[in-house]
Amino acid sequence: MAESKHLCDCQQQVDEVKCLKRLDVVIKEYREKPGALIPVLQIAQGLFGYLPEVALKRISLGLDKSYSEVAGVVGFYSFFSTVPRGRNLIRVCLGTACYVRGGKQVLEAIKKHLGIDVGQTTPDKLFSLEVARCFGACGLAPAITVNDDVHQRVKSAKVHEIINSYRKVPKGKAARQKRVKS
Amino acid sequence: MSNPMEQLLERRENAEKRLRREKFNAKVRITVGSATCENAAGAPDVFKKIEELIRKHGLKDVTLSRVGCTGRCDMEPVVTVFSQRTTPVKYIAMTPDKVEKVFDSHVLKAIPLKALAMPVGVVQDTDFTEEKLWADARLTDRFSSVFGDVHFFGKQMRMTLRNCGVIDPEDMDEYLMVRGYQAAVKVLTEMTPNDVVNTVIKSGLRGRGGGGFSTGVKWNFALAQKNEEKYIVCNADEGDPGAFMDRSTIEGDPHTVIEGMIIGGYAIGARVGYVYIRAEYPLAIKRLELAIAAARQAGFLGTGIFGTNWDFDIEIRLGAGAFVCGEETALIRSIEGERGMPRPRPPYPAASGLWGKPTVINNVETFANIPVVILDGPEWFSSIGTAKSKGTKVFALAGKVCNTGLVEVPMGTTLRDVVYGVGGGIRDGKKFKAVQTGGPAGGCLPESYLDTPVDYESLTAAGSMMGSGGMIVIDEDSCMVDVARFFLDFTQDESCGKCTPCREGTKRMLEILQRITSGRGVEGDIEKLLRLGDTIKRTSLCGLGQASPNPVISTIKHFRDEYEAHIREKRCPAGVCAGLLTFSIIAEKCIGCGACKRKCPVPCIAGKPKEVHEIDQARCIKCGQCFEACKFDAVKRS
Repeated sequence: MAESKHLCDCQQQVDEVKCLKRLDVVIKEYREKPGALIPVLQIAQGLFGYLPEVALKRISLGLDKSYSEVAGVVGFYSFFSTVPRGRNLIRVCLGTACYVRGGKQVLEAIKKHLGIDVGQTTPDKLFSLEVARCFGACGLAPAITVNDDVHQRVKSAKVHEIINSYRKVPKGKAARQKRVKS
Repeated sequence: MSNPMEQLLERRENAEKRLRREKFNAKVRITVGSATCENAAGAPDVFKKIEELIRKHGLKDVTLSRVGCTGRCDMEPVVTVFSQRTTPVKYIAMTPDKVEKVFDSHVLKAIPLKALAMPVGVVQDTDFTEEKLWADARLTDRFSSVFGDVHFFGKQMRMTLRNCGVIDPEDMDEYLMVRGYQAAVKVLTEMTPNDVVNTVIKSGLRGRGGGGFSTGVKWNFALAQKNEEKYIVCNADEGDPGAFMDRSTIEGDPHTVIEGMIIGGYAIGARVGYVYIRAEYPLAIKRLELAIAAARQAGFLGTGIFGTNWDFDIEIRLGAGAFVCGEETALIRSIEGERGMPRPRPPYPAASGLWGKPTVINNVETFANIPVVILDGPEWFSSIGTAKSKGTKVFALAGKVCNTGLVEVPMGTTLRDVVYGVGGGIRDGKKFKAVQTGGPAGGCLPESYLDTPVDYESLTAAGSMMGSGGMIVIDEDSCMVDVARFFLDFTQDESCGKCTPCREGTKRMLEILQRITSGRGVEGDIEKLLRLGDTIKRTSLCGLGQASPNPVISTIKHFRDEYEAHIREKRCPAGVCAGLLTFSIIAEKCIGCGACKRKCPVPCIAGKPKEVHEIDQARCIKCGQCFEACKFDAVKRS
């Protein structure tokens, strides 16, 4: 899954240059393919962790599409983010099965624990919180995912345990784990 | 040069030799269910533990492999132990500790550990052999020889999910053992595209994605188009909350989808296929990628597939999180790299679809049924089901039901049989209130409708729909107005914004519902909702908009009294809508411990220690903390 590979998480200039270079290779590879915009955006988000303006501009020039068209597509799909995300992305399922089995309470508990609202990132850049519409794990409702790991039958009283288990993993290791899983 | 079918059979023989050597001839064969849901339930740790135990004991004649989902979500992870001449034993809710016990007893001492096993049914295959499992029987027969007539599976018929939980999805050889790709070769060598289309029409197979349009007729329409370039698309953008059969099918049996697409491509004359799959399904994507790579390597995809002169290849496209992309014209726009907005039909995609070329879009489940139609014949296929709905349908049974999971039943089975027969009734002895089918496009049906047979026409007539097959059971603890609000919130959020009735209409409906659930409903709101709903239904551009009022209309129809209680009495009968709740202390039960008082954030609870406490209703913010804090059930929520 392209999205989980936050190869350059840290917002350093050096990394951005490196990412842009990689992006150029990707654009070149996809330029001739029909319908390339969405796959390129997905890969770009995998590279940068989000879609910074500089990347969108590069894509728009590279694929010969107007910036407004690129921005329109980015804005349309909920998977694309133009703001940096935290190192761990928590998504709380509010699909029907999770909803009737207490997904909302789980969401409230996570909000309270992290002190952020949906769509926000903690000040330490460790966690971002989003709401999802069904991971297809309805039999295990309520479910949340942290990065690519699905946690089942989450109880609102236990959310801090799940969250804390991602707090401790050193950065390099977390990134490695993520790559193995995707 | 031998013909393609002989080549395929030879390949199967080689596969069998390899598998016998490596897996099947073992004294004990263990499989671990490992779909997304089972992995979440802890299957990887169980798998590792078994590997470790086999190594530790130096066992050469015990093999271990992964299989897809068996559909028993509430009992996962499931570990099955096969040994010759005995019934395969399914161990449920395994953990590394439990599996060690199973290993000690069943594998080392050959004594099945009944206490940890899934309860067995009446009919059991006590003389199970691997030969039987891989015999050239009807494709659907295999599943029951492994899973027997356990109560849960007894009323089911596995057609789409026939190989899920039986074969290793990451090993193409196992798919070949279950007559994999024989349907494709048969079609390519013995049938003309016309024959294929007629066979599918004859089978009566209808689109499983929700619409229920005849698959064969759709194919015929595309076949008739004179165009060199055509496309076939598999819609795996399973966006309906509460539906996960497509994910499970791909995770448990990816090759069957590929085979279905090869056949469909040949039938309509498409040489390129796309699978449009949700990015939320990483494991399904991975297994599909592996399967496509294996098929390419074997010459089943690419140029001159199976040694014939037909070319066909498949590309995967990932969705980017937009529910509306499940609608076929929106899906096409999304593959083209644009915003996934629907367009008016006609022209239908079969005439002008992807890049303006004739395109057929079918659902995962539909494709998975194609090999069955070809190999077991359209006559047999159409013998199952009702007069107008043939075959089986997979439902994702979830919510407040005992046995949650994937169930596949013949069309025409009643809702009662699914909820109570297969699903085992309502959890925790609660009372059944409604069953919601068809996702955000469907409706809620009350108890009086439980004898409705599940088929396209009957569900629509009852005011719900088949949809993609989500089936969520709702008990007395849920408020139907809140459920309607939940679905409207969903469709409103996912509305693409292109047409006004959907964009603005759902917003207004949602506002009214929010008002009602927060206690500010007024007389006439119900009528307003019905009128708006009717307008949206008749004037929206695509299926998403047209179906969006269904949850509201059906709940008003069947649960009007709940709406009225909210509006007139400012009361939520189920005690869900926070704005309408009152918390009070039952004097007889209160012992005056003060737990509620300490938790109250306002604070509005008064009372001396060991005396009855009281809540000041005027200041209460209805947070519910006192309700949760009380250990003596003395706080009443109503």
